[in-house]
Amino acid sequence: MVIKGKIHCFGNDVNTDDIIPAVYLDTTEPSELAKHCMTGIDPAFPCRVMSGEIMVANKNFGCGSSREHAPIAIKACGIACVVAASFARIFYRNAINIGLPIVVCPEAAAESTDGDVLEVDTTQGTIRNLTTDKTYTTAPFPEFMQRLISAGGLMEYVREKRRQMCIK
Amino acid sequence: MEKQEKRGIIMGKTIAEKILGAHMGRDVSPGELIEVDVDIALGNDITTPLAIIEFEKLGLKSVFDQDRVVIVPDHFAPNKDVKAAQQCKMVREFAKKYKITNYFEVGRMGIEHALLPEQGLVLPGDIIIGADSHTCTYGALGAFSTGIGSTDLASVMATGQIWFMVPESIRFIFHGSRQKWVGGKDLILYTIGRIGVEGANYAAMEFCGEAISSLPMSDRFTMSNMAIEAGGKCGIIQADETTIEYVTPRAKREYKIYKSDDDAKYKEVYEFDCSRIEPQVAFPHLPSNTKPISEVGDIKIDQGVIGSCTNGRIEDLRLAAQVLKGKKVHPEVRLIVIPATQAIYQLAVKEGLIDIFIEAQAVVSTPTCGPCLGGYMGILAEGEKAITTTNRNFVGRMGHPKSEVYLANPAIVAASCISGRIIAPEEVL
Repeated sequence: MVIKGKIHCFGNDVNTDDIIPAVYLDTTEPSELAKHCMTGIDPAFPCRVMSGEIMVANKNFGCGSSREHAPIAIKACGIACVVAASFARIFYRNAINIGLPIVVCPEAAAESTDGDVLEVDTTQGTIRNLTTDKTYTTAPFPEFMQRLISAGGLMEYVREKRRQMCIK
Repeated sequence: MEKQEKRGIIMGKTIAEKILGAHMGRDVSPGELIEVDVDIALGNDITTPLAIIEFEKLGLKSVFDQDRVVIVPDHFAPNKDVKAAQQCKMVREFAKKYKITNYFEVGRMGIEHALLPEQGLVLPGDIIIGADSHTCTYGALGAFSTGIGSTDLASVMATGQIWFMVPESIRFIFHGSRQKWVGGKDLILYTIGRIGVEGANYAAMEFCGEAISSLPMSDRFTMSNMAIEAGGKCGIIQADETTIEYVTPRAKREYKIYKSDDDAKYKEVYEFDCSRIEPQVAFPHLPSNTKPISEVGDIKIDQGVIGSCTNGRIEDLRLAAQVLKGKKVHPEVRLIVIPATQAIYQLAVKEGLIDIFIEAQAVVSTPTCGPCLGGYMGILAEGEKAITTTNRNFVGRMGHPKSEVYLANPAIVAASCISGRIIAPEEVL
């Protein structure tokens, strides 16, 4: 998958209360959650973000609670991919499980500026910053994740597994 | 020689590796991706609705095991508003439809991470997953217990299995004896202050040493509870006599105790001298932003909260009552006390603790996560400051984005509410 878009930059330790403040957890509706995405630290973000854009952050993105509302809000407000120096572990698995591509790349995170255009290739494991004309290499997804993604996300993968359990 | 070395590699395992290995039926090593059976899967009123939506799409007639799925509405329950009521209703109907044995309704419930150990539902050697980041609490029982997301929960409810990367372990050895007023909360805040909010990212934290052996279960739960605040996948304490004493009257099934091998491999080992650790306060806006109480300075507060999955147990309430007995909360401060479960609440009534709180002019609430995550039951206005026994002090965590949250142990919160400023307990006693 190749994703190309303008980037929005964030710093270290962006937590899940920043991404979606707990007061908005009274709904599971993606379009509702999107209206409040990142408003914990950037109240204007939902108005500014355009579909297909990319989020770039520094270390430990998504730390804090296990709320899956966080990656859902990011995906629903149009963000096509998140690149960060590192992710908090629950956020990482939630994003993968709901089909929000996320990529770990400390170098790209450090050398990107708000408004740059990135091209992320999740299959090849490369990131190109088209503004600075720099290319970075990232770790490709492990085998089981590729299976999970090719199944169409965790639940499709589970559907197949449960069917096999019934056959047994 | 070569044989011995090989044997050494096979033998040297941490508790986390042993529990995961036992559930896989073979040895596992850090970095390995495994799909493993879980003993207990947990959800609450915030995270279960999303899991239900995903689960229902599968069109299944049953969950993998109706006795091993636990659902506790506690975050916005008792229903804080119409939207919360809808979410609680959805969870309630799901529990009924799939005959979930361990669904805990208002009046029977408590804050999930205080309730599950109290009910004997989580035991040493278990693998427990919960759609709540503080699921790491049960590591205090010597279990492998970690938080996951809602889609993960849906998949576990369907199959009883989950994918994990076997974590590396980091060992924290606490030497010596604790200073007065230093409890599990202070040791974990100190640890997070030392290693940072991602200091243990993806890793299994293992707490040990004589200062841990001397901790009661309540303080051990507090420590394991906050492993996630350092990014930890779990926070494990090896089960010992204290654990067995706690578990024995509660357990309704077999359990197994695992110990780390002497030659187990750790990513890092930290050694702390407890005699030098003072009570800690975490300043806004990260749990790692800690200071010893003697260096706090002059901070005026508007509210105190004693409760949550971190510090809402009977021992925490006793500590707070010890400080508050015969005193009054400062006229410009609101103190909110929240016993974590119905059983704790009842015990607090019997022991006269609730009388002490009410006479001190604190309010006492029914069990709920409420203010900890800025839900309800004590939201902060712009510019207000709170000292609290909860676990997170992120921007806006307890209310307005321009409010501030300071984290500390129950004795410090009680003392600070009496004085109106953040102070050490001995200053009011």
